[in-house]
Amino acid sequence: MAPLLELHVNGRLHRVQADPAKSLLAVLREDLDLTGAKYGCGEGQCGACTVLVDGRAVRSCITPVGSIGARPVLTIEGLADGDALHPLQQAFLDEGAMQCGYCTPGMIMAALDLLGRTSSPAEDEVRRALEGNVCRCGTYARIVRAVLRAAGTTTEASNG
Amino acid sequence: MAEARIEPDRYELREPPRYRFALSRRQFLGTVGAGVVVLVVARDGLSLGEPEPGEAGMLRAAADPIGAWLHIGEDGAVTVFTGKVEVGQDIRTSLTQAVAEELDVPPASITLIMGDTDRVPYDAGTFGSRSTPQMGTQLRRAAAAARATLIRLAAERWEVDDVAQLALAAGRVVHRVSGRSAGIGELTGGRKLVEAITADQPLEPATRWTVAGTPLPKVKGPAIVTGRHRYTSDLRLPGMLVGKVLRPPSFGARLASLDTSAAEAMEGVVAVRDGEFAGVAAPDEATATRALAALRAQWEAASSQASHRSVFEHLRRTASSPANGRGRPAARGDIEAGLAVADERLEASYTAAYIAHVPLEPRAALAQWEGGKLTVWTGTQRPFAVRAELARAFRIGEERVRVIVPDTGSAYGGKHTGEAALEAARLAKAAQRPVRLVWTREEEFTWAYFRPAGVVDVRSGVRRDGRLTAWDFHNYNSGSAGSRTPYEVANARMLFHRADSPLRQGSYRALAATFNNFARETHMDELAARLGMDPLAFRLKNMRDERLRAVLEAAAERFGWSRWQPGPGCGIGLACGVEKGGYVATCAEVAVDRASGQVRVLRIVEAFECGAIVNPDGLRNQVEGAIIMGLGGALWEAVEFEDGRILNPRLSQYRVPRFTDVPPIDVVLLDRKDLPSAGAGETPIIAVAPAIGNAIFRAAGVRLRSLPLVPYGLRAAGHL
Repeated sequence: MAPLLELHVNGRLHRVQADPAKSLLAVLREDLDLTGAKYGCGEGQCGACTVLVDGRAVRSCITPVGSIGARPVLTIEGLADGDALHPLQQAFLDEGAMQCGYCTPGMIMAALDLLGRTSSPAEDEVRRALEGNVCRCGTYARIVRAVLRAAGTTTEASNG
Repeated sequence: MAEARIEPDRYELREPPRYRFALSRRQFLGTVGAGVVVLVVARDGLSLGEPEPGEAGMLRAAADPIGAWLHIGEDGAVTVFTGKVEVGQDIRTSLTQAVAEELDVPPASITLIMGDTDRVPYDAGTFGSRSTPQMGTQLRRAAAAARATLIRLAAERWEVDDVAQLALAAGRVVHRVSGRSAGIGELTGGRKLVEAITADQPLEPATRWTVAGTPLPKVKGPAIVTGRHRYTSDLRLPGMLVGKVLRPPSFGARLASLDTSAAEAMEGVVAVRDGEFAGVAAPDEATATRALAALRAQWEAASSQASHRSVFEHLRRTASSPANGRGRPAARGDIEAGLAVADERLEASYTAAYIAHVPLEPRAALAQWEGGKLTVWTGTQRPFAVRAELARAFRIGEERVRVIVPDTGSAYGGKHTGEAALEAARLAKAAQRPVRLVWTREEEFTWAYFRPAGVVDVRSGVRRDGRLTAWDFHNYNSGSAGSRTPYEVANARMLFHRADSPLRQGSYRALAATFNNFARETHMDELAARLGMDPLAFRLKNMRDERLRAVLEAAAERFGWSRWQPGPGCGIGLACGVEKGGYVATCAEVAVDRASGQVRVLRIVEAFECGAIVNPDGLRNQVEGAIIMGLGGALWEAVEFEDGRILNPRLSQYRVPRFTDVPPIDVVLLDRKDLPSAGAGETPIIAVAPAIGNAIFRAAGVRLRSLPLVPYGLRAAGHL
């Protein structure tokens, strides 16, 4: 029988019966039905599974759920405040920064990690920070613009 | 191996199936409530996949000719039913926009039901850049007819003789004289008015578009940025099991024996063997993985097979006698006579490796059997073809199969088939429970199909003044798309030779046009260099097509072609082409580091023209995306294989373009409001590789004739 784990996800405490070696991605998707984080490669190479653990981006497909402990997990589903989108989400819409959208949740979470560390990143910093996230549809330039736009929004909001 | 045979239907999918069990008009009308219904009768066969003359008669006669339908409910909601699917190309948005324009309703009041075989009329599939020119046009006509009906209803209700006094705007019909108005849903008064229209309904000219032609945000954008949108791989049903398939250790290996007892001893596990198919279904992913590993299989390997190193020789050796598509050689003049009068003659060969689509969402399906009826959710570009595959596989009528395509995590021509659907359905049948099956990335890299590898041989002749005199072009295996030269040459031949492909191959964004344009545009560059002519001037000298000249000149102008000053190790190149009604020209600047052999693309300018622009922002997104996808195939992407195994079936081993690989890209869109809209998902990719290759030649003096150009840099290939 797999042990009972306590997992803090999107501000809520979940009790999950899971093998500690099971990936965080599988627990989120199978046990919690949080399907915003996607499977793309299973080896941490595409970034579609990106979520934040304690504010930092992790590849949930190669992160054992047993390694999370009491640290809070944030997924794309926990980002909006009710109907009010997070500035990053709004910026992705405003810039049309998606085609099929499969990479979008991972992109937004990776960008959130960046903006948590650097409130107004340079364009080059954005590119380097998101290098591990693949958009096969090729919307890279728009994603960079969206992150820069959201950084601007964030700055304005905190200044004003 | 069975799958390794050439699959001609996937070079150019034109043939509709012979039988059609489409939802009938009567059935459809039973599913919608009161209001206005418009059925679009595709009398011209547009939705049927353009059968060739001679083949068409029987097929057309057997076909239900409805192309799309549109319903306006009593609440004013507009629902459009189409067999097209959304795979990231944003056709959901641009079709919404087209209807909003013709019907003068807010885009938010329109819902598109797409790719659900029980609810939409038959459609051959979403490929070939046909959704905008064909489905877009049909839906415009349906909406225009609905508009006329609404005006007529209002005229009857208010006893207005002059319909010119009536206007439709923002979802209401207004009588300008009396000021009376009514919502478009109120006019039918509980009746269901059905109208069938044909292809000659007049259309709003593009010059008068107000919604179409302006950017409209992606319809499903909010669901995507919040993670709410459910792709196939995100769906679940009560009691659902997770499925996995046992794959052979190499292509063509036969399953000699299988012991399922250890797997079946696991709690909740169902194991299936059916001929060469073997797989498991289990309550969760981890158990399914363990159960799959517990299957004891013995395989008989196939005889030795070509590798990525020997494949080009293999394709030449196995090539069939010349045939262009359906056996008509595309030829004019006399090649030998053209060569005889040339001042310069050039022969060169070009190659292209197999490449993979790498859709970020792998193939996936969720299958459920209920009372003998099978429902499968799956990401495919051809829902009706997958329905036919399922019906055949399970020997049941198509009316007992429903395929539903959720908006899908991209395809690029790679999701024309229903492998995952068949596998999930087979496991679900055995388990008597719903089964969801998602391919791993490694399965995706191995058991899907690839863009064909190919060889092109060109012989050409040119006069000293730059006039082409002969053009002889042979493509081995990769396909005929884009093999016709757009240049003026009196003696020309384009031939496609089928060959034995060691890997399973099929459609890919722009099909063979990418490789054929690479070969032609590289060869043109070689001729220009021989003559000491500017590559732009050489092309223009041999080009009469005004639309192609326009994009070439626009790209060169924006790029600053004639004003360019060489930096150290830098070079520029250009290329152009025509495909699927779109005209494209690409200019690239590269920098070559002679010490490391690394090639960096510094910037790209591309001009594109596809007639009247429907959604400029969506179009720009498609063009930019195609250029970036083109970068991967141009520079690095190649499937490596040996002895029936893929050697690089992982993202860590197969390089796709990432953020820092992408140079500044400048897209110039030419809007020809006087011309019908063509599709744009494919053609913008075709001139990227030759533009880069030609720029590398100018930078380093090295002529590269193989795709990818620099998988391991210039030095590794012994070029520096």
